[in-house]
Amino acid sequence: MEVDEVMQEAAREAEQAQNSRELYEVKMRYLGRTGKVTALLKSMREISADKRPAFGKTVNALREKLETLFSAHEERAKERELARRLAEERIDVTMPGRRAQKGALHPVTRVKNELIDIFAGMGFEVFEGPEIETEYYNFTALNTPADHPARDMQDTFYISDGILLRTQTSAGQIRLMEKKKPPIKMLSPGRVFRSDDDATHSPMFHQMEGLVVDKGITLCDLQGMLDEFARTMFSSTSKTRLRPSYFPFTEPSVEVDVSCAACGGKGCPLCKGTGWIEVLGAGMVNRRVLENCGVDPEEYAGFAFGMGIERIAMLKYGIGHIRLFTENDVRFLEQFKD
Amino acid sequence: MKIPLSWLKEFVDIDVSAEELERLLFARGFEVEETVRLGKDVEKIVVGNILSVEKHPDADRLTVCKTDCGGYGVKQICTAATNVFAGALVPVALDGATVLSQEGARKIKTGKLRGVLSEGMFCSGEELGIDDDFFPGASVNGILILPPASAVGADVKTVVGLDDVIFDIAVTANRPDCQSVVGIAREVAAILKKPFKMCALDYPEAETAEKIGVRVEDAALCPRYIGQYVKDVSIAPSPAWMRHRLALMDIRSISNVVDITNYVLCEMGQPMHAFDRATLRGDEIVVRRARTGEKIVTLDKKEFTLTPENLLICDGEGPVALAGIMGGLNSEIGADTREVFFEAASFARDNVRKTSRALGQRSDSSSRFEKGVDFFTPEVAMRRALHLVWELGCGTPTAYRADVYARVPAPRTVRLTCADVDAILGIRVPEEEIRAILTRLGFGVEGEETMTVTAPPFREDIDGKADIAEEVIRSYGYEHIVPTFLKTAHVTHGGLTPEQEQENKFKQTLLNEGYFEALGYSFYSPKDLDLLRLPPDAEERRAVTLRNPIGEDLSIMRTILVPTMIANVVRNVRRGNESGRLFELANVYRAETLPPVELPAENKHVCIALWGEGDFFDLKGAVEAIAEAFSLDLAFRAGEKPFLHPGATATVLLNGKEVGFLGELHPSIAAGLTLEKKTFLCELDYGALKRKFRKDVTYLPIPKFPAVKRDLAVVVAEERTCDEVRACILRACKAVKRADLFDVYRDFRIGKGKKSMAFRLTFAAGDKGLTPEAADVLFQKIVLSLKAELGAELR
Repeated sequence: MEVDEVMQEAAREAEQAQNSRELYEVKMRYLGRTGKVTALLKSMREISADKRPAFGKTVNALREKLETLFSAHEERAKERELARRLAEERIDVTMPGRRAQKGALHPVTRVKNELIDIFAGMGFEVFEGPEIETEYYNFTALNTPADHPARDMQDTFYISDGILLRTQTSAGQIRLMEKKKPPIKMLSPGRVFRSDDDATHSPMFHQMEGLVVDKGITLCDLQGMLDEFARTMFSSTSKTRLRPSYFPFTEPSVEVDVSCAACGGKGCPLCKGTGWIEVLGAGMVNRRVLENCGVDPEEYAGFAFGMGIERIAMLKYGIGHIRLFTENDVRFLEQFKD
Repeated sequence: MKIPLSWLKEFVDIDVSAEELERLLFARGFEVEETVRLGKDVEKIVVGNILSVEKHPDADRLTVCKTDCGGYGVKQICTAATNVFAGALVPVALDGATVLSQEGARKIKTGKLRGVLSEGMFCSGEELGIDDDFFPGASVNGILILPPASAVGADVKTVVGLDDVIFDIAVTANRPDCQSVVGIAREVAAILKKPFKMCALDYPEAETAEKIGVRVEDAALCPRYIGQYVKDVSIAPSPAWMRHRLALMDIRSISNVVDITNYVLCEMGQPMHAFDRATLRGDEIVVRRARTGEKIVTLDKKEFTLTPENLLICDGEGPVALAGIMGGLNSEIGADTREVFFEAASFARDNVRKTSRALGQRSDSSSRFEKGVDFFTPEVAMRRALHLVWELGCGTPTAYRADVYARVPAPRTVRLTCADVDAILGIRVPEEEIRAILTRLGFGVEGEETMTVTAPPFREDIDGKADIAEEVIRSYGYEHIVPTFLKTAHVTHGGLTPEQEQENKFKQTLLNEGYFEALGYSFYSPKDLDLLRLPPDAEERRAVTLRNPIGEDLSIMRTILVPTMIANVVRNVRRGNESGRLFELANVYRAETLPPVELPAENKHVCIALWGEGDFFDLKGAVEAIAEAFSLDLAFRAGEKPFLHPGATATVLLNGKEVGFLGELHPSIAAGLTLEKKTFLCELDYGALKRKFRKDVTYLPIPKFPAVKRDLAVVVAEERTCDEVRACILRACKAVKRADLFDVYRDFRIGKGKKSMAFRLTFAAGDKGLTPEAADVLFQKIVLSLKAELGAELR
């Protein structure tokens, strides 16, 4: 009978279909609006009424069988196609990734930000004073008398009478204390200038000044804070050591050494065998400096510290030459990506 | 400051090793920068007694000496030296010894010289590294003959003084009193808790009729002047011990009188001068400022023309010394000098420094005065000098003495309690300790609970309680400080100001665009502005100038950052970095008047550069990223700068006001710098941008209906700019929210002198939505406008 032939033919054609699109075309040839099964159903009108139910049943059965047949084929075709696609889409996962190129902050900025983070957490605000300063703020108010060697032309760049390039960020201390009354916790980072130019000195470098003024501040507080700084900046086991020094604006004045992070204080070439590295200068704020800013030294005391940011960066990253900071060689700068 | 250990031992019994002393000094604030061990290069050289001298059997110029080396036995030494003799004591370098030669250290081994055994070598002074000043006879051409009293077999270093150590000590600026052997010795005595033994200062005085007067015209520049007259002077070499000491300090011995002044300078820290009295004209010494144009010839035969800034010592007719720096040639001590006028004075340190710098004339005296000499030291030093004159027998000190000063400084006293000291330090120091420490350092301590502490006269740095606290903790030891964390302080709020935060975000925006932060000097050369071909009247040429630059290269403060950036690019390219992206955010400086009478204005600029990979639009993208990050209304207009490519330069406008430029470095400048790859530069006035930074995000509701997008490609004349076409589109239809150029296309079908520009239009849907048909109507309206206004054809 014709029905069986249709079934066999459909099965053969479905088998031959190469992909889902071809399979769909085959399916349409049988089950579509103009398909063979549809044609058979239409031909029912020509069949006598008594045979119609049986014929209808047979065709409907055929249609169901065909639908089952095609959906099975469709399923297989999809699987084949997926498998092919997956095979085609195989990539070499070891090839390099593609990305937007990012820049990096200069190591001096990077260290400056790190220092600010450390001290901001302890309640320090950041105050930036001018780079071109008056003699008063840079020296006189900082208890550096007119005949002090630091005022000499050899060390300081002068612009005109009484105007100079600041030699220290300590100038910021005075400007802040004139504006703000204690309690004060201030950081003053920035460019400073000295008339020095050799292997270890640059005519321009960066300092970070710190100042605390409050009631009952002592030398013990200074060391406690610097210990905290050293532990965060260098290593959790870092220690500080104070030794006597001299700065006109602090009394007592100390040099602060940090235990060498490279050798843990045992002694190595970096620390020249001493186990300690000179990192910053500090001291209790000289009462004359407080007086110059209208702060009563009988009521308030304070400490100040100052460090060279390049020096910290050199220690932290093992940078051997200060000149590298201003050469801006991209191979240098690229190494400070985050 | 160089301090020989042997000299310190004159003043203190030192019973610790040199290493320990170095450590102790360091802990007290006297960093030993270098410890020179004198005999470190010579080893295993002992005193030998030559028993016999015989001719070498096979060499005319050699002799064979049997030499008794004490505990080392009798050695046979062959030598070519001709000054040896039986009975002479000589340095013998034994087998395995190290001696100095012109090439450095040299090992000595037993060997044969022309077949005869030689068990070492006799040494000359040179081979020990010493000369006559260091040890008598050491400069002789031959073997060093040692004094008869030398112990046979002893290490020769102990005999000649090579077992000594010289400390090079960094003395802080507040302790000029320690720029001397006595100063350090006082500290050492306090450290070791030993008595300080002052050297002899006494001498007998002879009568004299000398009447020379001293008049100080400028007491501020010369707070004290002591003059003393010595007669019956006989100039001769100094004794060996004095020459040795001076040699340790690297000072050449000249004659007894001159050596005494140098000796006192090292020992007491007081520069002195000796005038030949016979050459002084008249009977008055005048200390006064020089007259403009006045001249002096100093001892080193240099002539200087002076100004009233310079202080002079004058006799009745004219200058005889440049005060504190150097004596005049006219009054120099000579072999025939018979009477001497000694000077010990205190001169103002800044004046000596200024004169010394201005004239380029330095001396041991001037560098000492620059650090400051106290009021009392001249007196002690003068007594020491006169004692030495008497001890050396080179003259007769007389009773004549001039001592001129305006006033004696009052003793420096501080009244305080132990609690005051503790309040500064934060620890409790026992009262007995405080008293003992101060007493050892020469302070007077009186009173019970409230102490009156009197500083020793040479401590002009003592100014208050904090100084006393420092003296205490310096001796007590900083290791006693117990770290605390602001026990009593108030809580404060820390962190960055919003402005500082914005600056970080600004940098971050450029990092995200691939730019690396650079950092340049704040000064450069006027030539850097020439490179930019700026006209002479350009605003950027009005730079703040340094009065004393290191050199012309770093002589003017930046008015524009771009020259530094160009130098960065050139340096990178020369080093083989073929492409890169940099930016710098830094101050430029402008003054109202030049030279400035007020602080110049400091304003931040940002300079951005790109070379190698990328072009104008990559750099422009970075600027757009900034505009986006801070909601800045930036616009770009074709512009010109003398240093930029005339066809690839944009003026950057913020709300219609110029804030900078963006463009390609002019090809002829690039060629001059041998930059083969194109360089693109941008500089913006950060200060101006900052004022318009969006403070925070403003939220707008999301539109109810999706926007409708249409692509529009039109052919226009080549001269038409993107901005013109876009502006026309936006004018034509208010519903167009964005018109983004995404393609520019040229080919023969479009025609010569024409280009096709493709824009993606985004129509806002409004409250009721936008149907495709409505969008089509708007689109047609835009096309008509473009045609009418720009002659554009739809493509």
